[in-house]
Amino acid sequence: MSELGMFFGLLGAAVAVLFAGAGSALGVGIAGRAAAGVVTEDPNKFAQVLILQLLPGTQGIYGLLVGFITLSKIGLLGGGDITVSLPTGLMILAACLPIGIVGLISGRSQGECSAASIGIVAKRPDQFGKAMLFPAMVETYAILALLISILAVSNIPV
Amino acid sequence: MASDWDYTYAVARIRVLETHLLSDSDVNAMVASKDMKAALTYLKDKGWGDASGKDDAEEILEIEEKKIWDTMRELRVDFSVFDVLSLPQIYHNLKAAVKETCLSGVHHGVFYPDDRFGREEMLRIMREKDYSALPEHMRAAAQEAYEAMLHSRDGQLADIIVDRACLDAIEAAGQKSKAKVIRDYAESQVAVTNIKIAVRSAKTKKSLDFLHRALAPCRSFDVRQLAQAAFTGEDSLMDFLSSEGFAEAAEALEKSPSAFERWCDNMQIRAVKPQKYEVCSVGPLVAYVLARQNEIKTARIVLSGKENDLSEEDIRERTREMYV
Repeated sequence: MSELGMFFGLLGAAVAVLFAGAGSALGVGIAGRAAAGVVTEDPNKFAQVLILQLLPGTQGIYGLLVGFITLSKIGLLGGGDITVSLPTGLMILAACLPIGIVGLISGRSQGECSAASIGIVAKRPDQFGKAMLFPAMVETYAILALLISILAVSNIPV
Repeated sequence: MASDWDYTYAVARIRVLETHLLSDSDVNAMVASKDMKAALTYLKDKGWGDASGKDDAEEILEIEEKKIWDTMRELRVDFSVFDVLSLPQIYHNLKAAVKETCLSGVHHGVFYPDDRFGREEMLRIMREKDYSALPEHMRAAAQEAYEAMLHSRDGQLADIIVDRACLDAIEAAGQKSKAKVIRDYAESQVAVTNIKIAVRSAKTKKSLDFLHRALAPCRSFDVRQLAQAAFTGEDSLMDFLSSEGFAEAAEALEKSPSAFERWCDNMQIRAVKPQKYEVCSVGPLVAYVLARQNEIKTARIVLSGKENDLSEEDIRERTREMYV
């Protein structure tokens, strides 16, 4: 039973890293295509569009952070003789779901929003500050999910 | 058809290119130029023409037309989405080929250049009656127009047959397309052309049969009512246009024929203006092509107006609304 508990704990870490990372990869890819289009015509806008392209990359970092905390919690990082029961493993998996699922959806959505904001920079580079705010709004929900995942994983008694 | 997000790169490039489009204030500045040379210099300062420094207006406009399609080729988009835009040109080539085949004389200048259906190919098809080489939607019209021209020598009848087939093809392409911009373009193109035909028919007092044959069904209004209004007379036509939401067309008609032509072209540009806010579809690309063609047409109007010493007011009445 303890192996099964460990398995679900590990699955939680995998879900956090995998889904949130996939969301970021999709988002950065979409924004990157738009950024490449702008730089093809106007290389001077490289720095501005690069920042917008990187915005959806944070979900992957949040997933990684939750993944590290989870691995540490179940004793795979830092050693320690920890036994993870099946209910505990399942609770850890549940705790990792918010950043996994919200990271996937918000990463892609933020990429789409960044691509639209890159369109603003293409036509009105002086409006860069406002253009950055739109994708930054999507970030809010990834941060909320990150908070809940960290709080939940940290407070599960092992 | 590609997914909308496949156009992300192309749309972002188009957004940058849109910053180089002529605005209404650029057109006003050209109109205010002291002569044609000054207007041409204004365009060259905006990057029109090529590095060879050509000074011939028509050559510069041709270079600009070529640049549109070079850009689209660079973007590597599926060219079939632009097919609907080339329909009026290839149907025009069909009309020219029907007349050149049936009547004596050679008319190089009346054909639009086209990779598939340019002058030589269109004339070959008509001479050899190889209608199967044409797109399916053109075949019946080509045969009917050729036979009508051969038997009656009535150029206007051949024109009606081909023009009607062209409108039907545009409407069908619009209804078939998944892209909103193509649907909107097709609806606007067919409606405006129907109104143009109705106006000319009302002025020349054409028969109801002629109107029914020439007008193509469209989504904007009932063409049978339009035909009836045009047959009744110009006042009745104006009332019909006003009641169907085309009051601006009626006002332009009252003003002058050139104001009406201007309204017709402005309608096309207004139909695609919402594409300025699209993020990831083929719409902004189609709108860019139409916007570039519109500004080349406007530049031609201003340059020829300056060449013929028209007053600023007369030129301004003919200039089209810009996309940006």
